[in-house]
Amino acid sequence: CHKDLDRFPTNDLTAEKVFKDLGGYTNTLAKLYVSFAVTGTNGRDIPQEIVSDEGNTGFLRQLWYLQCLTTDEAIWTWSGNTDPVGVQEMTWNASTQAVAGLYFRCYYIITQANNFIMESSDGKISERGFSGAAAETIKQYRAEARFLRAYSYSVLLDNFGAVPFTDETYVVGSGVSPKQLSKQELFSYIENELTAIEGELADPKTNELGRADKAAAWALLSRLYLNANVYTGTPKYSESIAAANKVINAGYSLHNDYTQLMLADNHTLTNEFIWTIRFDGTGTQSFSGTSFLVHAPSGITGEASGTNGSWNCSRITEDFVNKFTGTDVRGQFWTTGQTKAVTTLLGDPTAGYSSKKFRNLTRDGKPGPNTNANGDFVDVDFPVFRLAEIYLNYAEAVWRGGTGGDNSTALGYLRALAVRGRPGDAAASSAPALTENYLIDERGRELFWECQRRTDLIRFGMFTTSKYLWDWKGNVRNGTAVDNKYNIFPIPDVDRTSNPSIVQNTGY
Amino acid sequence: TVTEDVSNLPVSGATVEVKGTNYATVTDSAGNYRLVVPEGSSTLVFSFVGYTNLELPVTGAVVNAVLTHTTGSMESVVVIGYGTARKKDLTGAVATVSAKDFQKGNITTPDQLIAGKVSGVAITSNGGRPGQGSTIRIRGGSSLNASNDPLIVIDGVPVDNGTISGAANPLSFINPNDIESFTVLKDASASAIYGSRANNGVIIITTKKGKAGRIRVSYSTNNSLSTLAKKLDVLTGDQVRDIVNEYGSALHKGQVGTANTDWQDVIYRPAFASDNNVTITGGIKQIPYRISLGYLNQDGLLRTDNLKRTSVGLALNPTFFNNHLKVDLNLKGSVQNTRFANDGAVGAAISFDPTQPVYMDDPTYGGYFQWTEADGTLVLNRANNPLGMLEQTFDKQKPMRSIGNLQLDYKFHFLPELRANVNLGYDASSNEGTKLIPANAATNFLDGGRFEQGKQSRFNSVFDFYLNYAKDIAKHRIDATVGHSYNNFRTKNYSFRALNASKDTIAGTTAPVYPFDIPENTLISYWGRLLYNYDSRYFLTASLRRDGSSRFAPENRWGWFPSVGLAWSVKNELFKNTADLSELKLRFGYGLTGQQDGIGNYDYLARYGVGGLSAAYQFDNTFYNAYGPFGYNYNLKWEELSSYNIALDFGFLRNRINGSIDFYVRESKDLLNAIPQAAGTNFSAYVLANVGTLRNSGVEFTLNTQPVATEKVSLDVNFNYTYNKNEITNLTVIPDDPTYPGIPTGGTQSNGNTQLHYVGYPRNTFYLYQQVYDTNGKPLEGVFVDRNGDGNITTDDKYLNHSAVGQHMFGLSSNLAVNKWSGGFVTRAVVGNYLYNNVFADRSTRTAITGAYTLGNGISNYFNTGFTQGTSISAMSDLWVENASFIRMDNIFVGYNFGSLTKYISSVRAIASVQNAFIITKYKGLDPEANNGIDNNIYPRPRIFTLGLNFDF
Repeated sequence: CHKDLDRFPTNDLTAEKVFKDLGGYTNTLAKLYVSFAVTGTNGRDIPQEIVSDEGNTGFLRQLWYLQCLTTDEAIWTWSGNTDPVGVQEMTWNASTQAVAGLYFRCYYIITQANNFIMESSDGKISERGFSGAAAETIKQYRAEARFLRAYSYSVLLDNFGAVPFTDETYVVGSGVSPKQLSKQELFSYIENELTAIEGELADPKTNELGRADKAAAWALLSRLYLNANVYTGTPKYSESIAAANKVINAGYSLHNDYTQLMLADNHTLTNEFIWTIRFDGTGTQSFSGTSFLVHAPSGITGEASGTNGSWNCSRITEDFVNKFTGTDVRGQFWTTGQTKAVTTLLGDPTAGYSSKKFRNLTRDGKPGPNTNANGDFVDVDFPVFRLAEIYLNYAEAVWRGGTGGDNSTALGYLRALAVRGRPGDAAASSAPALTENYLIDERGRELFWECQRRTDLIRFGMFTTSKYLWDWKGNVRNGTAVDNKYNIFPIPDVDRTSNPSIVQNTGY
Repeated sequence: TVTEDVSNLPVSGATVEVKGTNYATVTDSAGNYRLVVPEGSSTLVFSFVGYTNLELPVTGAVVNAVLTHTTGSMESVVVIGYGTARKKDLTGAVATVSAKDFQKGNITTPDQLIAGKVSGVAITSNGGRPGQGSTIRIRGGSSLNASNDPLIVIDGVPVDNGTISGAANPLSFINPNDIESFTVLKDASASAIYGSRANNGVIIITTKKGKAGRIRVSYSTNNSLSTLAKKLDVLTGDQVRDIVNEYGSALHKGQVGTANTDWQDVIYRPAFASDNNVTITGGIKQIPYRISLGYLNQDGLLRTDNLKRTSVGLALNPTFFNNHLKVDLNLKGSVQNTRFANDGAVGAAISFDPTQPVYMDDPTYGGYFQWTEADGTLVLNRANNPLGMLEQTFDKQKPMRSIGNLQLDYKFHFLPELRANVNLGYDASSNEGTKLIPANAATNFLDGGRFEQGKQSRFNSVFDFYLNYAKDIAKHRIDATVGHSYNNFRTKNYSFRALNASKDTIAGTTAPVYPFDIPENTLISYWGRLLYNYDSRYFLTASLRRDGSSRFAPENRWGWFPSVGLAWSVKNELFKNTADLSELKLRFGYGLTGQQDGIGNYDYLARYGVGGLSAAYQFDNTFYNAYGPFGYNYNLKWEELSSYNIALDFGFLRNRINGSIDFYVRESKDLLNAIPQAAGTNFSAYVLANVGTLRNSGVEFTLNTQPVATEKVSLDVNFNYTYNKNEITNLTVIPDDPTYPGIPTGGTQSNGNTQLHYVGYPRNTFYLYQQVYDTNGKPLEGVFVDRNGDGNITTDDKYLNHSAVGQHMFGLSSNLAVNKWSGGFVTRAVVGNYLYNNVFADRSTRTAITGAYTLGNGISNYFNTGFTQGTSISAMSDLWVENASFIRMDNIFVGYNFGSLTKYISSVRAIASVQNAFIITKYKGLDPEANNGIDNNIYPRPRIFTLGLNFDF
């Protein structure tokens, strides 16, 4: 009767069952993509020990906390400690949950991707009897997994600097502590990966909607090179321009109406969006994705946001609001019942304008088609890369001295954005200038709440210094400079628990 | 008449049997008995638990017997694993509490019967909910992450510590009135016979058996009133109004109401309970039987909380073939009908705005006051009306459980010293329940209410077989046993789709991927045991068990668990003729046990989960379920515990003073810990692994005395004391890694981790910042001591402070009998335990009132702190760690025996008791007893006044 000691789960699968056919590979690839969208597919991805509240563990919400809430783009209302307290105030430390959340989310995706890449090696493909079109499809999946892993590492590099590294050769359960790569090593790794997979990724705009293609890899390279000087001390502006050109030449164009970019039916904007995280009110539900971006703004009515109402989480600093002229439709502020001045930080959701940029309504004003009954979840997709950013990358790289581009093309791209942003305003086309202030402000206006603000302010030397002080920066009403250690987040202390060889970032 | 030796009081319930026959009866409450003695028989045997068996010749129509107490003495028989042993043969740390020593009053779950009664055993009730169980820790708990619960064996059936859904506690199904005794196996030399399940000790529960003789009926009724022992000191409506007027925003000033609502008064009520039991015993054709019926109807302190329990017990204990075959059949069944109150209301009552009324005119939300926007819609992320949460939740569960076993014990005809024993047992439970939240309830208003179904069933089976050989050869006594055991644990969990109150599908919800799941695990064991003594002077116990568990990979599946115990009776060696010394015995024990409970069934297997339909991903227009690997650890194995015990048993003056002192060391290794995985190395950030060692060492002292023992008056005083030191001795794969920062733990929902497991410190040691105070002793908000002096407050400034685990534990109980009156008390104390007062940390700041979109409430400690912001930093202060040492009067009772009132009623006894009578503590929160050191909003433990009546017919 000793065979009774061999007990197996009723529903869970083993690797042999999962990868026996192409469909299993597709479902496992879906797991990689959905890990950017939801907080978990089978229980929580990020355990309670790391982040107590599951609603705080999704990729986009974590990214928003670190990229937007730390800047002039957002003010947080709630004081409860499940909230990202300490992030707003620039007093975070190695045990701040919101900091650890993004770190472990990225590694969650990286380990899943490592496993997928290992299971789809050429050897495994032939061992399992795949050939022809099926084998080719699996190889393309594998390239996408490598892209998703490279993107995750780029988020780690941007936010945490030198971090531990594993790839598909790491044996789960081996107990070996991963080595920490220097920023330069990590930068080179990401660069090499994106270059290496180019041939295996689908041509731009030919893949299924939701999956990454060559243009996604180029867009990431363009962003990476633009920040190379921050990461490694070596500028790579010309490389940024070259990558931007590849994207631009792939046939993308701006959608004509800026105010329609972040709506429930924005999945159709394939002319401008390069790679999106997809959400659906029924099939891909998350309190942590665009549902958060739609609900978080204070005061907005359910009717206006296409949901059950506002969570009254966030407002916007007055300094940021002032960057928009009256005709700029990109300033999609919710002002009803709100004061412009942010007189108090916590507790008063009416102090400060809030946002209506992300709304769960279709272009003709109808509620999102798949919204669930109680209005919690939305259909809005989130563009990680879209053409407007590539235009801005190009212009800034030219201004910073990169070669392979020129001023007039740069100004042309800026003009295209300004004209779309200020429809009917004759002054719009003459507004752009290749100046520091115009570039950083225009990035703010165009990419508001698209999770790039912190990176941009650091690149312009404005994030911790007194060069730019916004309301409540450093937890002071009129803003104050903070210690420059805050340009990078600390490695979460939980990871140093398990990998004591990690060297903490300076100052933490 | 049967009386006892010291007090001369009658002994009721004693068995009288004609030696060598099946003729037997039981004494009534006056100690009287009547028995037909067949011709040719000449000897009667009198027996009762706690007394020495007595044989008397039949000298006439009246045979009076005087039974001698054996408390702590030599002759009584003790239940040990897989059999019994004479108490005098024991070498291990074994404690027995029988029915006469149980706590009195409205005790509706068995674990509370022995609270405070046994040294080294800490029993902490988990809260005041009807049927709610206790956390039991024997000698400090040996694990960090795996289970610290002892193994509980009921009539030979090891029961599952996991509870069926819909029930508050696995033991709540057992009617306490059916229990005869508890035996606690504390050290490994006693418990190792249970091998891989014995790390945390074993509690063997023996239920009452049938007694031959004429039919006897008894009835008992306990009626009780539970009251709220203490309220938290929250702010009044007036105080909140003052604070809002001074500090609030325009928004909050607009919200403030005119009421002075005490939400704690609103949600709590005095609660009645009635527990009624009928027991019938007797013999049909010499087959002794016992039938018990119980019905409990108990309201909770929290409004809408109710437990109804119907229990049935049947025991048949016939013998055949001239006593060669003994059969024990025990069947116990219980059905609960519970309505669970939404205990979120406990916390809500502390935090809900007291300036608001309970009800409002708008009937949209059932008439309860709710936070609404100007247009009447509900504010999102609001606090809900606590009373609405209770009265608009209909959570009705109907869990059932049955435990039974059939035990056949055959004494071979050709070799009576050899016995074969077969035990077939089961533990089956199921639950079906529904939770209905009406469409107008604020909690689920947007979904149109909610209807949730739950269904679960469990079937655990046990098969034991053993052979036992016992023989006295001159001065040698040998008692050897070998056996086999098979245990299977199988659960079936059903999944249902959420529906709205009209039982329609809620748009946007998806069906579960699988309709059910069947987790299962199996244990297979072989074991042997030898009890040997020479001349009642030298004693040896040795056992060896081999266990196989399905929870580990084939390479790690099997484990050996040996034990050895030695004892020397100094009394029998050196003081045999010293009358005043009744007992003096030295004991030594060592054993190795294992642990594999409290972990998942398949944690070693690489598995992929199939994601739900609401967490799927769209490629083009097709949704794909996600297949994702779970974190796993192929190398998992048993957690192991080596334990050593050295003890001295003593007794003086015919055991009127007796006791024991035990010294022990318990070292756990390969602790099953959910430990952080280095980022990028596993599919979950925390995975179970065998890492670390832990040591508990301590002293237990038990003293039982009988200072007064006259014909009319008797007084017992029993005292026990335990000192336990818990220390983590290693936490890393490579021992003594000085760079290892420890495992953060003690997580609070709102404030993150407050404790650290750290080498050299007890488990659950608080790890927080050191608070700075101003010259008036007032804490400065968010200002901490820069302990490492680097000019910055970083996580390196946190320090290891007190531990949540208490070191000293006391129990004192006393019983006094004066003629027909009796009385007594049980009191418990714990010293050295600390609590993180999470309620105070959350609610001593102004942001508790004005920190959210809608107003809330704080506690009056706000006036002491003056804190204005509840940031995660101020919550990480040692300010919130308080000394939670306490003395609790668990139980005081007084009883009166009316004797025989009519010829139909042979005895009537009345008892009045108060449970949780008072508590002495410096702790500022609601209750100083909490497991693992975090005081969240617990369901208050009530003060219970009980009046009980017992009738014997």
